[in-house]
Amino acid sequence: MRSGMANFSKSNVPQFSVDVYQNEYLPEGGAEVNAIVTVTATGGGTIGSAVAAPHLYSPGQGPSAAVALMVDCSGSMDYPPTKMRNARDATAAAIDTLRDGVHFAVIGGTHVAKEVYPGGGRLAVAGAATRDQAKQALRKLSAGGGTAIGTWLRLADRLLSSADVAIRHGILLTDGRNEHESPEDLKAALDACAGRFTCDARGVGTDWEVREVTGIASALLGSADIVADPAGLAADFTQMMETAMGKEVADVALRLWTPVGTTVKFVKQVAPTVEELTDRRTEAGPRAGDYPTGSWGDESRDYHVCVEVPPAGIGQEMLAARVSLVIPEPGGSVQNLGAQGLVRAVWTDDMAASTSINPQVAHYTGQAELAQVIQQGLDLRKAGDIDGATAKLGRAVQLAGASGNADTAKLLAKVVDVVDAATGTVRLKAKVEEADEMTLETRSTKTVRVKK
Amino acid sequence: MSQMPQQAAVSKCPSCEEPLESGDRFCGACGYDLSAVPARPQDSPTLAMNGSVPAPGSPPDGVDWPVAPGAESSGRPAPVHLPTDLPGTDSGGSALPPEAPHVPQQPPLPPEPPLPPQPPAADVPAAGVRFDRRQEPDEYPLQAPDPRLAADPAVPAPPAPAAAADGKVCVACRAGRVDDDGYCENCGHAQPRERDHMEQESGPVAAVSDRGLRHHRNEDAFSVGHTALPDGTRAAVAIVCDGVSSATRPDDASLAASRAAGECLLAALPRGTHPQQAMHDAIVAASQAVNALAEEPATAREHAPHQNAPACTLVGAVVTAGLLVVGWVGDSRVYWVPVDRSAPPARLTEDDSWAAQMVAAGLMSEAEAYADERAHAITGWLGADAYELEPHTASFKPDRPGVVVVCTDGLWNYAESAEEMAEAVPHDAAARPLHSARVLVGHALDGGGHDNVTVAVLPFPAPPQGAGSA
Repeated sequence: MRSGMANFSKSNVPQFSVDVYQNEYLPEGGAEVNAIVTVTATGGGTIGSAVAAPHLYSPGQGPSAAVALMVDCSGSMDYPPTKMRNARDATAAAIDTLRDGVHFAVIGGTHVAKEVYPGGGRLAVAGAATRDQAKQALRKLSAGGGTAIGTWLRLADRLLSSADVAIRHGILLTDGRNEHESPEDLKAALDACAGRFTCDARGVGTDWEVREVTGIASALLGSADIVADPAGLAADFTQMMETAMGKEVADVALRLWTPVGTTVKFVKQVAPTVEELTDRRTEAGPRAGDYPTGSWGDESRDYHVCVEVPPAGIGQEMLAARVSLVIPEPGGSVQNLGAQGLVRAVWTDDMAASTSINPQVAHYTGQAELAQVIQQGLDLRKAGDIDGATAKLGRAVQLAGASGNADTAKLLAKVVDVVDAATGTVRLKAKVEEADEMTLETRSTKTVRVKK
Repeated sequence: MSQMPQQAAVSKCPSCEEPLESGDRFCGACGYDLSAVPARPQDSPTLAMNGSVPAPGSPPDGVDWPVAPGAESSGRPAPVHLPTDLPGTDSGGSALPPEAPHVPQQPPLPPEPPLPPQPPAADVPAAGVRFDRRQEPDEYPLQAPDPRLAADPAVPAPPAPAAAADGKVCVACRAGRVDDDGYCENCGHAQPRERDHMEQESGPVAAVSDRGLRHHRNEDAFSVGHTALPDGTRAAVAIVCDGVSSATRPDDASLAASRAAGECLLAALPRGTHPQQAMHDAIVAASQAVNALAEEPATAREHAPHQNAPACTLVGAVVTAGLLVVGWVGDSRVYWVPVDRSAPPARLTEDDSWAAQMVAAGLMSEAEAYADERAHAITGWLGADAYELEPHTASFKPDRPGVVVVCTDGLWNYAESAEEMAEAVPHDAAARPLHSARVLVGHALDGGGHDNVTVAVLPFPAPPQGAGSA
C-alpha cells in the first residue's frame, strides 16, 4: 500500500514487471515444469485501496473510464424493506466515489433492465450536478418484478460501449436467484460481455445463488463477495468503486509462449484469488496464446503455470515457457508491455536439486487445493454425505492452518468444529448459519501469499 | 563455516584437552570422535588487505628474490633445480607437504613463528600441512611503481569464445532461430554459450575450459597472460578458478576472481614484486573481487534469501626463466611434469579439502579419508562466506625443463596422481601448450566429463621473448 501526496507528473500507465519462481531442475526423464509468475503493476499514479484514491486525479487527468451500476430491484428487495434502502444508499455512496469526468449510468434490474439514470441510452459525466441528479433518481427506485441478470449485463454493455474510454467497468448487486431467464441466457450474455467490460458482483442477504454471482465475476474478471447484512453495502460499494477508479489499463493479457512439443497443462491465477484460465486461451501466433487478466491498477497478482516439455538429457537446458504481458489492439496487433519472464528446464543428476519443490509452487498448489476441497466439502454436505464432507473440510482446515490462510480458517471454523487443525480432524457443526456457509463458499478462492 | 582440522587436533583433544597420539581416531579420555572436523575455537576476520607485503628484513627497495638467470645467447635456459629437491613454502615461509622433501634452499620469505593460539611447533608432525598465517605487519611500505615498466604491462585479454555466438540457427533442432535470450524460438533449447568452451593462448601459456558433459553451464574460469620482468626476461601467468556450485552465481565468482588475480599479477611482476609475493597479493585481490559480488541487488536477494554468497576456488602459477611459483585456495591443483619423463612428476598444491586435512592431520589414512563421503568438501574458498582467507603460495626452482599443469578437479578427478597426470600430458606439451590443454580436457571428457573442466599449461622455464607464439 502506498500513501501520500498525489504526484501528477507521474505517467498514468503503470510499469509492469514479471518475476518467475520455480525449481528449474528436473531429474532424468522429468517433463513437468511448474512456475509461479508474479505480475506487478506499479507507478500508475493511483492506488486501489486508500480512501484518497478517487481524488488523486483532477478532472481529465485519470484514465478515461465508464462505470455501470446494476441494482437489483426485484420484488424480494422489499423483504426486509431496509434492503432496498441500503441498496439505494450504497449506490449513492458509489456515485460519490466516482472521479470527476468518469462516465456512468445506473441500471435498475428486474426481469428486464431499466435505465434509472441518466436515461436515453447515454452515459452521464460525473460532476457535482450529475451526482446530485443521479442520487435524486435513486429515490424513484422501487422493488417489484423478477430477476433476469443477463438483460442487465447486456444493457450495461450497450451503455458502456457508447463512450470511447480506456476502462469499462460494471458493479452488479443481486439479492436473489436468476429465475426469469435460463442459465443458457445468462451464459450467452456473459460470453457476449466478456472482454468488453469487467464487472464486480455482490450478493446481498442469503437468497441468492453463490455460483451465479461467482460465475459472473469470473467471466468478467472482477471480484465476487457476499454482503449478508444489507447495512454493510455502502462501505462495500465505496471500496469497489475506489478499486475501479484505481484501474489504469484494461484488457491486459498474459501471453505464454511455449516451444514445439510442449503442452500447457494449466494456467491459473492463484493470488489474490484462484481463477482457472486454462480454457480461456486465445491463440496468438505460433506456439503462443493469450490468457485474459482484465484491467490493472497498482497491484500484484500471481499465476501458476504448468507445462509438460519433451524430456532431454542430463546437462541440457531449455526454455519451457516465456511469459509476457500484452494488450491486444484492433486489427490483430498488440501492444507489448515490456516485461517478460523465463520459465526454464534444466536436467540434472543432482537428486537434491531435482527433488526439491519451490516454496511458492508448493504454497499455491496448497491454496488451489484448499479452494477445491472447500467447494467439494460444501457440495457433499448439501448432498448429505457427512463422511465425505467431513474428510474434505478437515483437509481444508489442515491446509488453511499450514499455509497461514487465517481468514479462510476462521470461515471454516463457523462450519465445522475443529478438533485438531494440524491433522485436519473436524466434526461438522449440527447447525450452520446460512450466511456463514455462503460466505465460506464465496470466499473459498481467496488466497494468501507466501510468508516472507 | 571453514572447518579446517588444526594441528591441535593431533596434540590435544578438542573436547577435553587430553594429549593425543598421531593416528588416534577417538580421544582416549572422553571418547571424542576425532574424525568429526572440529570447528575453529574462535572467529577470525577475513584478512585485512592493505597493500603489498614485502618480507620483513628484505631490502627497502623491494626486489630481493633470486634473480632468475637470464637465458644464454644460445637461448638455452640456465640450469635449474629438480622441483622435488626443492621444497616449496607456503605464505608463511613454512614447509610444504610431503611431496616436497625438506631441503630448504633460499626461501624467499623467511619463516616466522606461528601465531600464539597455534600449538607449539614441536607438536607438529613433520608431514603436516601448515595452516597458520604469518603475522601481518601493521603498515606496509608501498613501493613506488617504476613508470617505465608500469606503462605497458600485458593485460590479460578475456578468453575468446570458441565458436561465434551469432549463429542464428538452433544447434538442437536445426530449424528454429535463436532469440535474444539464447534459446531456440522453435524447440526452446538453450544454445551454446560463450563460456561453454573457451580457449586462449598468450605467449608461452595456453588454457582451455569446457562445460563438460553433465553440467548445464560452465562455472570454471581462467585467465592467462605474460609480461616482462624488470630484467627483461619473461614471466608467464595462469589463473584457474572453479565456482562453488552450492553458492549463488558461481560462474560470476570464478570469472571475477580469475580476472582480478590475472590483472594483479601482470601489473605487479613488471614492477619487480617477488612472484611469490605477487601471487599472494593476487589471491587477496581475487578474494576482494568475489566478496564484492555478495553485495548483489536487493531484488535478487529477495528471490533467494537463503542462498550463500558467491564463492570459488583459485589456483595459479607464475613461471619465469628460473622460478616456478604456485598459489591456491581450495581444491584446484598444480602438477609438475618434467619434459624428461624418466624424472618423477609431482603435485605442487595441497587441497583445502576435508580428506586432505584429515590425512595431513594424521587422523585418517589417505584411503580412508578419500572413501568418506565428505572427502571432497572444500575447507577453503574465496567469497564473503569464507571463514578466513588463507592464501597458500609456494616457490620452486626446477632443475630441468617441464610443463606446469594448472587445473580444476574436473580434470584431476580423471588423473589424480602426479603419475596419472604425467601420463595424460602429451610429450610435446612444452612446445604445444594449447594443443596439450585441449588433449587434457579431452581426457576428462573421455572419462565422463562429470564436471566443468579447465586446464592451463605453462612450459618451464618461460621461453625468452620472441620464442614461441606471441
